[in-house]
Amino acid sequence: MKVTLKINGETLTLDVPPMMRLIDVLRDRLDRTATKEGCGEGECGTCTVLVDGEAMNACLIPIGQCEGRSIETAEGLSSAAEPTALDRAMVERGAVQCGFCTPGMVASVRGLLRRVEKPTEAEIREAIAGNICRCTGYKRIVEAVMAVTEPAEERR
Amino acid sequence: MAERVAGTAGWMGEAPARVDGPGKLCGATRYAADAKRDGVLHAAVVRSEVARGKLIGIELDPGFDWTGIVVVTASDIAKNVVAEVEEDLPIVASGEIRHMYEPVALLACEDPVRLERAKAHVRVEVEALPAVLTIEQALACEAVIYGTDNVMRRCGVEQGDAPSAIEASEVKVRGTYRVGHQEHVYLEPQVMVAWWDGDGVHVEGSLQCPYYVHHALVHALGEPNDRVQVRQAVTGGAFGGKEDYPSVIALQMALLSRKAGGRAVRIVFDRKEDIEATTKRHPARVELQSGCDRDGTLRALEAKVVLDAGAYHTLTPVVLSRAALHAAGAYRWEHVRVEACAVATNTPPNGAFRGFGAPQVLFAVERHLDAIARELGMDPLELRKKNLLGIESVTPSGQVLESSVGVRECVEVAEARSGYREKRGRLGVGNCVGSRTVRGIGASVVLHGAGFTGSGEERLKGVVAVDLLPGGRVRVRSSSTEMGQGTETVFRQIAAEGAGVPFDRIEVAVPVSGIVPDSGPTVASRTVMVVGELVRQAASDLGERVRREIEAGGGDFAAAGDRLLAREGAVECKRQFVPAPGAKFDDATYRGVAYGAYGWACNVVEVEVDLDTCEVKVVGLWTATDVGRVVHPVLCAGQVEGGTLQALGWALWEELLWKDGRIVNPRMTSYIVPTSLDAPPMVTELIEAPYERGPGGAKGVGELPMDGGAPAVAAAIEHATGLSFASIPITPERIYDALQKAGREARS
Ligand code: FES
Ligand code: FES
Repeated sequence: MKVTLKINGETLTLDVPPMMRLIDVLRDRLDRTATKEGCGEGECGTCTVLVDGEAMNACLIPIGQCEGRSIETAEGLSSAAEPTALDRAMVERGAVQCGFCTPGMVASVRGLLRRVEKPTEAEIREAIAGNICRCTGYKRIVEAVMAVTEPAEERR
Repeated sequence: MAERVAGTAGWMGEAPARVDGPGKLCGATRYAADAKRDGVLHAAVVRSEVARGKLIGIELDPGFDWTGIVVVTASDIAKNVVAEVEEDLPIVASGEIRHMYEPVALLACEDPVRLERAKAHVRVEVEALPAVLTIEQALACEAVIYGTDNVMRRCGVEQGDAPSAIEASEVKVRGTYRVGHQEHVYLEPQVMVAWWDGDGVHVEGSLQCPYYVHHALVHALGEPNDRVQVRQAVTGGAFGGKEDYPSVIALQMALLSRKAGGRAVRIVFDRKEDIEATTKRHPARVELQSGCDRDGTLRALEAKVVLDAGAYHTLTPVVLSRAALHAAGAYRWEHVRVEACAVATNTPPNGAFRGFGAPQVLFAVERHLDAIARELGMDPLELRKKNLLGIESVTPSGQVLESSVGVRECVEVAEARSGYREKRGRLGVGNCVGSRTVRGIGASVVLHGAGFTGSGEERLKGVVAVDLLPGGRVRVRSSSTEMGQGTETVFRQIAAEGAGVPFDRIEVAVPVSGIVPDSGPTVASRTVMVVGELVRQAASDLGERVRREIEAGGGDFAAAGDRLLAREGAVECKRQFVPAPGAKFDDATYRGVAYGAYGWACNVVEVEVDLDTCEVKVVGLWTATDVGRVVHPVLCAGQVEGGTLQALGWALWEELLWKDGRIVNPRMTSYIVPTSLDAPPMVTELIEAPYERGPGGAKGVGELPMDGGAPAVAAAIEHATGLSFASIPITPERIYDALQKAGREARS
């Protein structure tokens, strides 16, 4: 089956079995391995990508459902060469340890920041509730996001 | 606080951005499953599916097309053993089946779909035998699966005469405490790849201890040291779960690859297989009996500790020693007797998990202190403060604590920061009458011996090398691995300060056997304290050589370094571990210096319990942790916070459920680890009581955070509800049952 979709802004047409999971297309077909597989059943969030701006688990999405959609992964959402303010805050404030949850975490946070410019701590925690991190205790991830958004006092 | 000498940016005490951060964020960093390998064969393991039995035969279904599928069974293996502490663990089971997930056949195939199909066509015939599945069954010897009594190992610690002293005490308290398995749930499942070429066998994977894997490969494959190369891939979390298990899959992949003519063979566990087949934290039963004075002076403690080892030794003997040596907690007792044993069961072998035997016994002794406080009508934290170990105190092994005991400061800081005293009065079961949610606060005090137990470091004799590179750069070579905890960053800090150069001049070599020296495994909270000190020494030797060159011939560090390199070809400084003078430990009697230093911590936890849903919400967590010296404030606090959340998970939610030797909930949908919504706000205080033999005074911090969370949660729940739990996890079901029981008792 031919599927045309955008990946990190680039339009691609792929010939793939419709039931192939988006995570496998990204990793095995396109060698974009930022998107990780921690559980394969929608529970850990390491495979989180943005689909038309919304955070979703790539291990649960058949590629057949991606026709015409825009997929964004950590490769497109953050950069080592030109780090964004969020990238810098995450590294400096200890939001990254083993890093296996990190690309998915970035996708969830970016998805949130598209919807809400200045999220509260509760909104941040809610947005990453599907992203398990076994290393950090989450505190520093939340703080990194807060640091770049400066939540409005009245919203807290 | 120890005085901090202001250093060049990035030295010890500063917080340079972690070096591996940017690559991990954007996905440029490749983990073991990310590396593209053309023509790689995928591997799978066929498992026994029987908890105990005799392996009668393995048949490959003749109706299935086996072309292109490599099969390895025990009959292909000349030396079928994974060498760890003992040599009882087979690479693939032969004859005897000792647990449900025992590997019986290994398969490899280029096409993962055919591989999956092939698995279903391996017929395994096992004659089932009655299995021993719990500590109680093992001790009752319902079936004997090890030796004559199912006891795999015993050890003990004795000081004074505990039984008589308890007998003579004014107040006696007794209790039995239980903890269950805990699964690591590192986010990256196990991954290993192996291939053979003219140089021998190569193995690369997600692992903690390259030389453990190297040793196991050399031992079983009969290859010389230099024909076995082990490389650590970027590792997505480990927590002990990649300490011993990688040796098993490394051997399995090496054997498949050898049979496949050297082609690369890779295994990537899915979460289910990872939870089922790999090691977990040892379940434990701890019986304590103590005696104290009416004023709360602790006198004597008797502990009977039983660990569930599972089917094979793995690291159990070492876990057991640590459990025995931590069983008396952070307190002065004149008389201590600890009898510890590990029993065999027909469950997957348990192994290393952050804390390594200490969290189990510290849960018990901390709950026991709460029970004593209740008996005496004393505040539990006051009871602890009255009996804390301090400088000149003697531990149960007879070790005199000479320095670096920051425990009192930890308690005072955590108490003050949390508002413990005020909340202890204001919250609690007596103050919540009529309300459907109740709040409570509880505390724990713990210690953790840093470095290998007893004579372990002396036997290991870890080595670190530091090289001078062109342009005044410096490279650290050690076998200490980065698995998220920050080794690569803190070693740069330590080496930079040691050599007297900026942080960004330092490189850290990828741990590859044969290229990095054996600095010992990345375990036991030893990386900064033991290996880090060797890094500091070797780097300062190197800095010294360059400075002498500067004095002789002028120029800056880079210019003088380049002259040295031009003259000598290579400039390398090596340091090896030297035990502290007089620090002796007797492995037979368990007397002497058990650990070079101890980390100390006080945890305070505040909970809210919903009496309708019986759910517990941790609403506050305050920790004060004596780490000797803070090398990197952000990474150090990150260790404390992440480790403590694992401890809260173990206390409240994480439970492996078993039926007939099979794990009922081997998935992340049903084995529940804490999310961002479960994690409490955390206040993290780092205390510095320096240890003179650690770099800049630093001690270990990796495991300590796992020790105090569970008992503090249980204490807070007790304060909130009046229910005293002696086992974890404290799930809503257990709270419900306990409330029902309490209600019935109140009515009758
Ligand atoms: S891999 Fe998709 S949620 Fe875990
Ligand atoms: S950093 Fe390791 S799982 Fe989040």
